[in-house]
Amino acid sequence: MTSLPQSPPATKLGLVIDLDTCVGCHACAVNCKEWNTGGHSAPLTDLEPYGESPLGVWFNRIHSFEAGDGAEGRTVNFPKSCLHCDEPACVTVCPTGASYKREEDGIVLVNPDTCIGCKLCSWACPYGAREYDYTDGVMKKCTLCVDRIYNENLEEVDRVPACVSTCPASARHFGDLGDPNSEVSQLVAERGGYDLMPEMEMQPVNKYLPPRPAKTSTGDTGAPAALPDHDIAPVEATGRGFLAWVDRTLSR
Amino acid sequence: MNPAYSVIFFTTASGAGYGLLTWLGVAVLFFDLPAHRWFGLAAFAVALTLITVGLLASTFHLGHPERAWRGLTQWRSSWLSREGVVAVATYIPAGLAAIGWVFLTNNDGIWAWLSAVAAVLAVVTVLCTAMIYQSLRAIPRWNTPWVMAGYLGLALASGALLFHFGVRTFGLGFAWSGWAAALLTIAAWAIKLAYWNSIDNAAPRATAETATGLGHLGKVRLFEAPHTGDNYLMREMGYKIARNHAKRLRTIALILGGAIPVVLAVVATQLPDVTAALVALLAVISAGAGLLVERWLFFAEAVHTISLYYGTDAA
Ligand code: SF4
Ligand code: SF4
Repeated sequence: MTSLPQSPPATKLGLVIDLDTCVGCHACAVNCKEWNTGGHSAPLTDLEPYGESPLGVWFNRIHSFEAGDGAEGRTVNFPKSCLHCDEPACVTVCPTGASYKREEDGIVLVNPDTCIGCKLCSWACPYGAREYDYTDGVMKKCTLCVDRIYNENLEEVDRVPACVSTCPASARHFGDLGDPNSEVSQLVAERGGYDLMPEMEMQPVNKYLPPRPAKTSTGDTGAPAALPDHDIAPVEATGRGFLAWVDRTLSR
Repeated sequence: MNPAYSVIFFTTASGAGYGLLTWLGVAVLFFDLPAHRWFGLAAFAVALTLITVGLLASTFHLGHPERAWRGLTQWRSSWLSREGVVAVATYIPAGLAAIGWVFLTNNDGIWAWLSAVAAVLAVVTVLCTAMIYQSLRAIPRWNTPWVMAGYLGLALASGALLFHFGVRTFGLGFAWSGWAAALLTIAAWAIKLAYWNSIDNAAPRATAETATGLGHLGKVRLFEAPHTGDNYLMREMGYKIARNHAKRLRTIALILGGAIPVVLAVVATQLPDVTAALVALLAVISAGAGLLVERWLFFAEAVHTISLYYGTDAA
């Protein structure tokens, strides 16, 4: 059923991505590929992996942008995956019911058994979060690791999306954005987390934390702007031996 | 958007087929078109063939054509599904009207009403097709009512040119249908010009700044793409066409699809049936070629917001 859930999901599982700390290492994308090529949407097919123009299914990609110029200019690493929108056009355009938004947690999924591979959902998503698998002939996408987060065979700490568990910079946070008291919601409130392209009216659940203000002077880093002056007393030329003789001779 | 030939062919061919069905209905209902057996056979055959071939072509680009029937289930939310449902439904009255016309040489009473229902469903199908594109916010240049007007206008105009060719071929008179086809063609291309004008002058709906939310830092430029190779998104939606290239193609579309058919249709009104039919056929062929160029451009010129993440400034 590609109509959206009757009552909007109260639980909105999603990611909060910190553009300040992301170092652009692509570890999340690699771990995403690793997990998902064996998970719910397996396999994530690669075409010509060792050929002239390799091409493959990835649910998470790390872009890099330059923003601003001069001293205020920044390079910002920018991971992007499905935002599990509240008003996802990718779901409502689907003619088959293969695409759906879960009422219990807001996760947007594709049923590979009923998808006809018309690709319309990938046209409808403004963010480029849907991936067509040329080999399987069906659409695939980020599942928010639905096969990890509820997986009782995993240790409790591992019940988070693969990208979150692997990020070495802790730039990815997972939680319930429908609960204003959750850690992720607090983080969003504190750091001014925002929606990508709100003008598209998809009401994305995932939020992005902006880079912190640029540190353009040494003072911004917490270090003193200049080292304090110390009066350094001249060494008295009173010693003995060869070095003292050199010193005395040179300072004459 | 990457212009996929299956979709270009589908929208133009089935559009013309539905246009022809519409004019058959209108002519039966309001202009007392005689139930000429061979004209009926030819007209319904052409209309239903164009529609069927178009629909089949559109299933070629599916990953799983054998599951295509599933596409009819989500008419509550999806324009693609609605289009499928109405397209299939149109066959019923159209097929029945064709039977009455061809086998019973009767297009009055109930048969006339079947033609009329087919005509209405044909128009609704074309509108649903247009809505598939128009409803996509992620492709701002399609997200305008000009799209619906354009699809309907061109379907009715190409259908009228076909109708005109038919009535002249079978010597049914109706020479004025040449004028009607010419006027409709002019109207359709006027809509197209207005569409082009609107997309050329529209303010961008989304920019690299809003796509990343980094606009407060200044101008946003792509520094590094996620990978050096290609990907599905760029193949399907990253197509870019040079501005002057597009301009030239617009002129070609306008001449082939608009100017030539209009002149030929008007000339045909002054000619005896046999030569008029030939001229009307040329008008149909030229219009078809123009439509293919126009539809190719419709896709090629549309910028998807995904390209904002791959180095485009505005969409
Ligand atoms: S990011 Fe795209 S694919 Fe994901 S829910 Fe939103 S519209 Fe759908
Ligand atoms: S590609 Fe599959 S999931 Fe996407 S709209 Fe078509 S049928 Fe639905």
